[in-house]
Amino acid sequence: MLEVSGVGVTYARGATTTKAIDKLDFTVSAGEFVGIVGPSGAGKTTLLKCMSGLLRPTSGAVVLHGREITQPPLEMAVVFQDYSRSLYPWFDVQRNVVLPLRHGGRKMAKDAALAATAEAIKAVGLEGFEEHHPWQLSGGMQQRVAIARALAYQPEILLMDEPFASVDAQTRAELEDLVLQVREQFGITIVLVTHDIDEAVYMSDTVVVLSRPPSTVQEILTIDLPKPRHQATTKTLPEYGKLRTRVYESIMVPDSRPASV
Amino acid sequence: MTWLTRTRRGAALTGLIGSVLIIGAVYLFTESRSETDYVWPTFGEVWAAFQDTWLFENVGSDVVPSLKRMFIGFFIAVVGGVGVGFVLGSSRVLDALASPVVSFLRSIPAAALLPPAIVLFGIGDVTKIVVIAFVCCWPIILNTRDGVRELDSTMMSSTAIYGITGLSRFRLVVLPAVSPRIFAGMRVSLSIAILLLVTSEMVASADGIGYFVFLAQQRFAVDDMWAGVILLGLLGVALNFLLGVVERIVLRWHRSADLL
Repeated sequence: MLEVSGVGVTYARGATTTKAIDKLDFTVSAGEFVGIVGPSGAGKTTLLKCMSGLLRPTSGAVVLHGREITQPPLEMAVVFQDYSRSLYPWFDVQRNVVLPLRHGGRKMAKDAALAATAEAIKAVGLEGFEEHHPWQLSGGMQQRVAIARALAYQPEILLMDEPFASVDAQTRAELEDLVLQVREQFGITIVLVTHDIDEAVYMSDTVVVLSRPPSTVQEILTIDLPKPRHQATTKTLPEYGKLRTRVYESIMVPDSRPASV
Repeated sequence: MTWLTRTRRGAALTGLIGSVLIIGAVYLFTESRSETDYVWPTFGEVWAAFQDTWLFENVGSDVVPSLKRMFIGFFIAVVGGVGVGFVLGSSRVLDALASPVVSFLRSIPAAALLPPAIVLFGIGDVTKIVVIAFVCCWPIILNTRDGVRELDSTMMSSTAIYGITGLSRFRLVVLPAVSPRIFAGMRVSLSIAILLLVTSEMVASADGIGYFVFLAQQRFAVDDMWAGVILLGLLGVALNFLLGVVERIVLRWHRSADLL
């Protein structure tokens, strides 16, 4: 469904150029949960920007349903790490969620938009907080609002950029399970960028490991852990430990390529 | 003793004590002058003059024309300043083109604009309104421009992802995001507006509070002069307070967000 084919990104700043991504190839199938991990500076966020149409790759292309992505497509929603900056502080929870539906690409009728908003707010467990402003909510709740906003937009693909990196461990586990649950409920494809190996293995069907920059695909691993996943039981399975170690070793593999610019 | 400065009520009390001490000192000073010293009238004399002129005989003839000029000039500055600020903030090229001229124009001392304005527009209301609008627009232009330039990249990415573009993007995202900066510019401009109002009325006018103060000095009506000065001070405090109230209402979300 979504193909990342030969994507490379080179940043030019004055006379110096930095090659963030060398060449990436992988596909995301419909309904799949793909986790993207890699050492810091591996261009994970840059890749996500290319996939969401916010950034044109220097070479290669991201193709959705056979069409090259050149601008943010209707079929996608993104949840960013920094919920405090991705929500609009001047709107309450409901308006934050409904805004893209009424004034964004969807152009929904009012009734349909309100219904979708109510459903999404319910799905993330924020009923009763519709008239709160983001700054009246905890970090975890704000990220729930961002997730609700993405769900209400009814995307085929949900991209998540380190979505749980700014919340505490308890909230993080809760949000991980929330995302797995709404994924079942809404039947969406999810691409999760994370630096957390545990999280990637716990949540994904497939883990794409990126190499050090300029990044390439180091390894693509299938995570065949039973579903539904559970924080306590899944993480005690011996397979979980093996996969975790496998990903860890893949990320920590010494760079065998010759040093280049 | 820390509650005197740390709590709201304590700070109010401290302010009151300070005011009483300072005003009391001025009071004793003026009372101690001989009765023939016309330069330093007593509180009673100034208060009598204040009552005679500003409660409310000259309100229609001087205060209303002054406020009208100031409000029209300030309003033009806000609308024009926000518009130009958005254009300059959105286009690096236009900003670079305009930058030297903007630096020059806003560096001209405001009072120096009065003579050319009088030549161009005469000594009527238009001169004062034009000068006030011209001088007040710069802080608003620069603040708006910087606000647009510093728009948060994550917020604008979210907005782009959800296909919020054009007028919706401006009205629902950009304008609210920049509004704290616009108000910061307006606060600076308001003080300038009052300053320019009085100056222009002193240089060329047939009515207005500035004109009244100037005329009182010319005819040695020192009580009236001080009464006018005090009125201008009170007016300044009241206008700043008013703008503060409007800002608190419009930016309620922003203030509260800052608390966390």
